[in-house]
Amino acid sequence: MSEPTFPIELTVNGVLREARAPARRLLSDFLRHDLGLTGTHVGCEHGVCGCCTVLLDGDPVRSCLTFAVTVAGHEITTVEGLAGPGGEPSTVQRAFHEEHALQCGFCTPGFLCTVTALLRDTPHPTDAEILEGISGNLCRCTGYQNIVRAVRRAAGEA
Amino acid sequence: MFGDPVVRREDPRLLAGQGRFLDDLGRNALAAAFVRSPHAHARILDIDVADALDVDGLVAVYTWEDLPGRVGEPLPLLIPHPALTHGRTAYPLARDVVRHVGEPVAMVVARDRYLAEDAAERVRVEYGTLPAVVGLENAAAAEHLVHDDVPGNVGAVLRQETGDVDAAIAAAPHVLEFRLDIERSASTPLEGRGVYARWDADDGSLRVYSSTQTSTSVRAAVATKLELPPGKVEVIAPDVGGGFGVKIVHPWPEEILVPWAARLLDREIKWTEDRREHFVASAHERAQIQYVRVGFDDAGRVLGLDVRILHDHGAYTPYGIIIPIVTSTQLLGPYKIGAYRAEVTSLYTNTLIVTPYRGAGRPQGVFCMERTMDRIARHLGRDRTEVRAVNFIRPDEFPYDQGLTFQDGRPLIYDSGDYPGLLAKIKELIGWDGFAAARAADPSRRLGIGLACYVEGTGVGPYEGGHVEIDPTGRVHVSTGLTSQGQGHQTAFAQIAAAELGVPLQDVHVVTGDTRRFGYAVGTFASRAAVMSGNAIALACRRVRAKALRVAGEALEADPADLEITDGVVHVRGDRSARLPLRTVAVLSNPLRYSFDAESAVATQFAVGGSPDEPPVPPGEEPGLEGRDYYSPVRSTFAAGMHAAIVETDPDTAEVRVLRYAVVHDCGRLINPRIVEGQIHGGVAQGIAGALYERMAYDASGQLVNASFMDFLMPYATEIPHIETDHQETPSPLNPLGVKGAGEAGVIPVSAVIAAAVEDAEGIEVNAMPLSPDDLFHLRRRAAGRCHPEPPG
Repeated sequence: MSEPTFPIELTVNGVLREARAPARRLLSDFLRHDLGLTGTHVGCEHGVCGCCTVLLDGDPVRSCLTFAVTVAGHEITTVEGLAGPGGEPSTVQRAFHEEHALQCGFCTPGFLCTVTALLRDTPHPTDAEILEGISGNLCRCTGYQNIVRAVRRAAGEA
Repeated sequence: MFGDPVVRREDPRLLAGQGRFLDDLGRNALAAAFVRSPHAHARILDIDVADALDVDGLVAVYTWEDLPGRVGEPLPLLIPHPALTHGRTAYPLARDVVRHVGEPVAMVVARDRYLAEDAAERVRVEYGTLPAVVGLENAAAAEHLVHDDVPGNVGAVLRQETGDVDAAIAAAPHVLEFRLDIERSASTPLEGRGVYARWDADDGSLRVYSSTQTSTSVRAAVATKLELPPGKVEVIAPDVGGGFGVKIVHPWPEEILVPWAARLLDREIKWTEDRREHFVASAHERAQIQYVRVGFDDAGRVLGLDVRILHDHGAYTPYGIIIPIVTSTQLLGPYKIGAYRAEVTSLYTNTLIVTPYRGAGRPQGVFCMERTMDRIARHLGRDRTEVRAVNFIRPDEFPYDQGLTFQDGRPLIYDSGDYPGLLAKIKELIGWDGFAAARAADPSRRLGIGLACYVEGTGVGPYEGGHVEIDPTGRVHVSTGLTSQGQGHQTAFAQIAAAELGVPLQDVHVVTGDTRRFGYAVGTFASRAAVMSGNAIALACRRVRAKALRVAGEALEADPADLEITDGVVHVRGDRSARLPLRTVAVLSNPLRYSFDAESAVATQFAVGGSPDEPPVPPGEEPGLEGRDYYSPVRSTFAAGMHAAIVETDPDTAEVRVLRYAVVHDCGRLINPRIVEGQIHGGVAQGIAGALYERMAYDASGQLVNASFMDFLMPYATEIPHIETDHQETPSPLNPLGVKGAGEAGVIPVSAVIAAAVEDAEGIEVNAMPLSPDDLFHLRRRAAGRCHPEPPG
């Protein structure tokens, strides 16, 4: 009773990728284990913690609540795709570094994707908008203090 | 450099998605999954694996009966204690009886995790359920037993005593008696546990990666259980996605079973814990009931304090009774208590094991002491800060002996501190003295202010070590055995090494938690890394520095006492013309100098080593520019701090909003203020979580009904207020760097602070934490039925 697999072709971080996976394969597992992009993390597998957040056609989604087969033909951006073409960190990545907005770094890829989309849509957020914007991502290390500062800094520098 | 808020070395990798967390490794490994007990207490009648065998991709299924020799024996009791008369530990896979929901019963190995879970679902276990013991009062009543051979469900009765408490209280002008309750909570790192093992059949060796807070002890456990020489087992803690205490427990059943199966099958195997498993199969902390009796004088000076504590340690005691030991000693905080007695009864329940979570028993002790101080103040009609101040140990009284035995088995002697200084700072920071007037000016709002003080024993021994090597390119390689889970060790330890050696920070490269690099270590817990490994690395650097000056002195024909190192170059003090880069010194330190590189070619110009009649490596010397040393303290260091908060409660919804939160903290000399502040922020957030949101909701049958992030309310950014911080630096006289630990501090007093502030806002006694809107609503209803009809304006 071998499980049927399906071809999945999609663009990840600007590169066309193709792999086969069963229908039930989560996008998070597909990215991590089939494509080897382990920067996207899995913290709860029920869509609450936000660690697995990636950008699907530019919008943040929970990759642990998304089946890989459903995103065939779409564009995905993961944390590995946020830096510039020469590998230089993005404004958001740089701000997280400068403001000490990460400790263990496990939730960080999800925050980076979330904040990247937030600042694209709201380039000059108020503090309330920042809190609202990151309120779908859990962090257990930082108490969020420096994440909020980093978003402010990134907004100021964008 | 030392003391500067430098940005972290570990960040660029983590920010680029290039971290190496446990589940990022072993892409081709087989996956393990566990069949876990759905019952809190049951006898295993039968296990039928026949259905599982049909799953395509299944490799193996194991139950307890398959485990040979030491692998099948009960897990070790790590920290025995004379008071723990009835310690019990679990088998790696349950044998006959399960005692909590989530206890592992069978292990399945398959081609990937999806298939392993398919197969695990098909393993049929027949259980005969037994009555579950849930909750401290039920455990104490002992109508049913968790372990047949543990009477009364009592694992330990621990007493700490100084002075004649009964006489002191009997003679006291004022006496109060009350009960306090603290719920369960848990570390809940965003990365759960995980183990990945590779057996090398040709070499007869095992490599294990574990998301652990102690790789060296995992190695010792695995080597013992698998009957391998320690030298044939390597354990590496890769990037670890948070620990907060839960990952100090070792060996977890999975840490034995996964390596055992990897060797047996000669296949790579990986197990990554999922979130539900973490809730029901790792560890929790906190739950206690405290019965307090306190006698005091008219000034609020405590004359006698008698605390009886019921402590819930769950189904097993692999980590001993460290938490109640810490609670009963650290309860005293910054105060001189006339006579003191704590008696802890540590009880079994059919719930998940209880092991240290950031704070490790201190939040409970501080809750008890600080609630007591607030009650004394209210009883006497005195300001709460004034009552605390009259009980403080004065700055000129250090070292101060509390007369008790601390968690390290050593006398509880505080090394240094300035508690009046901290109190002045926290009052200033929160605006304590102006608050009453501000509240009176805004009578439409329910505002309250509270504060709490704590002392934290940090940097417990017995030791840590450091190894430092300067290679012929000038790179400085620093290693220490304890592990990292986000504390910024690669930065803080590099700052220490750079300052000690006189080299640029970017030349220093730090490795932690890898037994290939450093074999002897204890682990990362008890706010000990900076104190223990920080000092060990400093001492190792001093050895290397001395050797570098000796070798360079010979080459430069200078007295080593006249040499110093600046920016990685040895030179005569005040004269930079005679100079030798450390990379050249590294080459000179090794008599074998094949000219693999330009540096070796240069070095051969210098004549090193005395007469031709002596061996090239003289007695007492070693080739290479490296050094190793250990730091082993006689006692712990004692950090301290005070927190204060202003809260507003909603008259209709009973929600508590934290308007301001202030922290004053003293952990001795700061290595990196940015990192210390980050540690405090994270601790405070976990404290607010424990004060207002998080609890482990077990039902009467022992089911954890909120075992997901949907129902366990871990705070988001929207729940955590802005945290204002200030520091005081009282160096420790006990260690070369003068540092104390900072890791756990932030969490310790938060429940006490929030309880005090809510009590102040509502005029209702708050005796239990956490405090949900529902809880506050019921407190109001009860209060309205009895006393305070309206809270004070």
